[in-house]
Amino acid sequence: MKDVKLTSMVKTSGCAAKLPPKKLEEVLKTLPSYKSPQLLEDFSGNEDALAYDLGDNRIMVQSVDFFPPMVDDPYTFGQVAAANAISDIYAMGCTPSFALNLLCFPSCLEDEVMRQILKGGLDKAIEANCVIAGGHTISDQTPKYGLCVSGFGEKDRLWKNHGANIGDVLVLTKKIGVGIISTAIKADMVSEDLKQQAIDSMTELNKKAKEEAQKFDISCATDVTGFSLIGHSIEMVGQENYSIEINSKNVLMFEGVLELARLGILPGGMYNNRDFSDKKVTYAKDITTNMIDVLHDPQTSGGLLLALKEKDAIELVKNLENASIIGRVIEKQETPIVVI
Amino acid sequence: MDKVKTIDARGLSCPVPVVLTKKAVEQNPSSLQVIVDNVAAKENVSRYATAMGYNIKAEEKDNEETLLTLEKK
Repeated sequence: MKDVKLTSMVKTSGCAAKLPPKKLEEVLKTLPSYKSPQLLEDFSGNEDALAYDLGDNRIMVQSVDFFPPMVDDPYTFGQVAAANAISDIYAMGCTPSFALNLLCFPSCLEDEVMRQILKGGLDKAIEANCVIAGGHTISDQTPKYGLCVSGFGEKDRLWKNHGANIGDVLVLTKKIGVGIISTAIKADMVSEDLKQQAIDSMTELNKKAKEEAQKFDISCATDVTGFSLIGHSIEMVGQENYSIEINSKNVLMFEGVLELARLGILPGGMYNNRDFSDKKVTYAKDITTNMIDVLHDPQTSGGLLLALKEKDAIELVKNLENASIIGRVIEKQETPIVVI
Repeated sequence: MDKVKTIDARGLSCPVPVVLTKKAVEQNPSSLQVIVDNVAAKENVSRYATAMGYNIKAEEKDNEETLLTLEKK
């Protein structure tokens, strides 16, 4: 296989390629609502996946996610895209069972590139004990890959993305900054070591994080992806009667991302996220612009964001290498989010 | 006085506008102009120029274009 630079074929990459959240919100609210009594969760609450009641405390969850490459290597791209898509099932507290491929592929690329992308996806699905049973392909100028994933779980243990309790703390299970590092890779401003750290993080399934977290009583959960830590925290507040306080000093981030932010190595999606969170966040006086930028960095295949009791959270972070307690659920403030 | 160099970064997505600005700034010019046509490019080039010790003047043009003038502090 000849060397390919997949990222040179795309304008936006990974979860940063999502449509701006503000625009999406404006369009979706104009659509009529059609619901079924079996539908427990849908997109109206920005949930990670739909949840469908099968009776007898059984639920099926389903989600779809695909995007253009954020890395040049086709096999790695396949792994990241699959880990990211499967993550939505873990974020609901459920177990992935089966999936379908979605692949857009340019006719100018070799078949081996396609094989490597699909192999990367398949290997991650196997690691998640999830079967891939087919899919759909489209000939397209820009490569894109992802999965439609289905999983199962128990209705009374479903993790919604809202409904935390005041006094809960928030645990984030991966470092943030992969959007900035992906941008820095394109600018050739990142070391091989940092690049590899970001790739390792993006290809890591949230399987272990979900299994460890399930040992405790989780009051709500989501995964941090394109809308950034701040954006997904805003979703976690939703219409609830509480606010979330994020302690920026406790948010684990990849080394050097604050400096890259200072140098303007920021993905376009970061600005969409800042636009969306405008007037929804209060910042302490000492929070720098660089820090605000990093907190709005769109993540590809980011970690789980979990709300739970503090004593449980202390135990949970001991078992997960890159997890930390990043904030807490507090009495309702003037804005949904407070950053200290 | 030397003619001020102008970088046309229109139609380019991040990080290309910053990379082009960086290359020009490495020649240590006293001033530089960059034309951008999206918010991310405008903000990113401004962040980079500020970090490198330049004052920035932004002049909004028609059709979402902005002319950024960078002057060494």
